[in-house]
Amino acid sequence: MPGTIETYFDKLERTRVWRSIFRSGKGTSTLHNALAIQQNVFLHLFPTKVRKRMLGLGATWYLGTLTLGTFIVLVVTGILLMLYYHPSVPRAYSDVKDLQFVVSSGLFLRNLHRWSAHAMVFLAFAHMFRVFYRGAYRTPREFNWVIGVVLLLVTLLLSYTGYLLPWDQLAFWAITVGTNISSAVPLIGDKIRFMLLGGHLVNANALLRFYVLHCVILPLTAVLFLAVHFWRIRKDGGLYVRETEPGVANSDQDLSNQEQESR
Amino acid sequence: MTTTKDTYIVQEGAVLDRREFFTKLGLGSLGVAAVGTLAFYYQYLSPNVLFEPSPIVNAGAIDRYPLGSVTLDVNSAIYLVHIARGYFSLSAICTHLGCMTAWKPELNMIACPCHGSRFNREGQKLAGPAPKPLPWLKTWLSDDGELMVDRSITIPQFQFLRV
Repeated sequence: MPGTIETYFDKLERTRVWRSIFRSGKGTSTLHNALAIQQNVFLHLFPTKVRKRMLGLGATWYLGTLTLGTFIVLVVTGILLMLYYHPSVPRAYSDVKDLQFVVSSGLFLRNLHRWSAHAMVFLAFAHMFRVFYRGAYRTPREFNWVIGVVLLLVTLLLSYTGYLLPWDQLAFWAITVGTNISSAVPLIGDKIRFMLLGGHLVNANALLRFYVLHCVILPLTAVLFLAVHFWRIRKDGGLYVRETEPGVANSDQDLSNQEQESR
Repeated sequence: MTTTKDTYIVQEGAVLDRREFFTKLGLGSLGVAAVGTLAFYYQYLSPNVLFEPSPIVNAGAIDRYPLGSVTLDVNSAIYLVHIARGYFSLSAICTHLGCMTAWKPELNMIACPCHGSRFNREGQKLAGPAPKPLPWLKTWLSDDGELMVDRSITIPQFQFLRV
């Protein structure tokens, strides 16, 4: 019988429980559509309105969205990997090997985590090139560019701290070299390295510190800055459209000209 | 009779008024607390006890190192070298970025696998990005006739142990 499912949903959406959760109510007016975004805690960071052409693949390539997508995949697979991984010297390497060869779907999850990590670094760079060459970093969006640079650094640090966790030769020497680079900082370099490793050698303390950085501190930092990043997009008028946002005004005359053009 | 409150009003501009005083007191306390928090974190994150290997290494009987030999001890990352002028030991940690170097007898030099630094058997740099020669480590003979090395003490180059 056609229309049954729609009738069912229609009834569901009129129930008191549904209305108590989604308070914007039923309707297809602009107001209803706007409220549906505004009154949702997850969506309210995003613009309530997006220009239709910004949703075309050609317009944005979705590079920022894809970067977020890989981050979500990394969080989910990372949490699952944490259930089998002990960040201790005698266990770390064999736990990663068990994930590869013993745990059901462990190989799939580990590879998914690894490839998503590579993809996230690549996509973050691609996103930044896109933003740069399109000029979307200009006023009033320059602060969001800075947030983006912070997010790139957090992404690279996540990548780097994750590198130590398999506790193999590659990990050991990569972290030895990397932390020695940090000791090149004038005056406090050796102290930074000592604090980062929790000692003078890449050892049990270093493994635990990198684990905590990788699984707690850096992801939380990333989420915080991601929230600011998305919220700024909304405040700066949604995704960037070159035709309506001519960038930096050099004088008041330019500004009034631009205002007229955009009308 | 003038009360304290009156004094404040009279000396307008000369001293802090009460609001300003408490604002500065509050901000100052927050500043002190912030510095204290930083010191707290700094101390907490610097471990006081480390479970790391002792810097002093017993390299075994001295006759294990014949004349002309360069021996790498992988576990302690030191070279024990015996040349005509005497015995000495070098750190095997590359002075560039901390990789462990290796003795290449066919090239007659010490080479780093990471970024290609090369040193001669006295630790002096021949090529590559290393900024400094390999440090010479304090070396002495124990009462039992065994070579001892303290990896935490570097000595000037060409101070040989003569037996």
